Amino acid sequence: MTAFWVLAPVMVLAALGILFVRKAVHAAMLLAVVMISLAVLYAVLDAPFLFAVQIIVYTGAILMLFLFVLMLVGVDASDSVVETIRGQRLLAIVVGLLFGGTLVAGLGQLSLGTVVGLDEANDGGNIQALANLLFSKYVFAFETTSALLITAAIGAMVLAHRERLTPKAGQAATAAQRMKDYAESGKHLGPLPAPGVYARHNAVDTPALLPDGTPSELSVNRVLAARGTVRSAPAYAEKVDEVERQLGISPPVEEVAQRPSRNQGSTATDEEEQA
Amino acid sequence: MNTEPYIILSAILFTIGCVGVLTRRNAIVVFMCVELMLNASNLALVTFAKQHGNLDGQIAAFFVMVVAAAEVVVGLAIIMTIFRTRRSASVDDASLLKY
Repeated sequence: MTAFWVLAPVMVLAALGILFVRKAVHAAMLLAVVMISLAVLYAVLDAPFLFAVQIIVYTGAILMLFLFVLMLVGVDASDSVVETIRGQRLLAIVVGLLFGGTLVAGLGQLSLGTVVGLDEANDGGNIQALANLLFSKYVFAFETTSALLITAAIGAMVLAHRERLTPKAGQAATAAQRMKDYAESGKHLGPLPAPGVYARHNAVDTPALLPDGTPSELSVNRVLAARGTVRSAPAYAEKVDEVERQLGISPPVEEVAQRPSRNQGSTATDEEEQA
Repeated sequence: MNTEPYIILSAILFTIGCVGVLTRRNAIVVFMCVELMLNASNLALVTFAKQHGNLDGQIAAFFVMVVAAAEVVVGLAIIMTIFRTRRSASVDDASLLKY
């Protein structure tokens, strides 16, 4: 029972965390905690086969699928806090507490009697005993499962399939479109600018600086901009002094005074990042 | 060894999953809460298998896992399709049938 009393509070806390965390990725991580703890409880309850299946299928496959979809959905991963039905959240919590209270109170009343234990049933090995049952008593359900799995696979393929309505743009068509955009709106013909490279930072989340010292919004991925994880470029550009100080190269005082201040207007992104 | 605590833990997890389905707005998190409820019922099944000394409960838990895997595949494909057309994974946005 030691494993149970250690894991039960962890599981309940992690499950409660799923209700309160804002980001879906954190909810997935907490769900992983619950599932792995459950696997350990299965091992304690003499179910070594389910212990392995719980880790391989649930934690390995299903949670990875969740995370995969979260990566695809990406920017929209946070939850909205606006209630569409007034008082729905409060009512849901009250009903949930009532439901849980009833269940726990009811289960607290009954006594399940002595535990028979699985020592006899697991005599020739848990997996062998499960296989004997699965391929004799439950063979029809097992066969039906195969139909279910095939239906699910085909269903996922049909749902994920997208019919192409317009012909795919080739290289010539793309080039022609670029020339047309340039003629009509003056959009730059070439590729997008690369992100900024600084003495102490070189990553895709830092915009490059334009000749006049302002950060170029085109040089960072717009997904990063939508997530609000773009770093402040002028902050890194200004760190030149600090680098020089660390290297032991102290520039002449006049030069420091003459160097133009370039971090006007974009310290806001830095503050956002810290928040 | 006593099995009542396991059943009560299973009831608590099921309740938390239930409240999560009712309160969360993100379709993927709602799905995770459904998974939590399925896992809670699995724990009860495995506990009762131990209580009664036969393996039928474990077989049932195994089938629940299979059905959950199939359900997640189709459900996440539906969420992806909705996200592709509506640019949102919130359950509140898919409300066209209301009007």
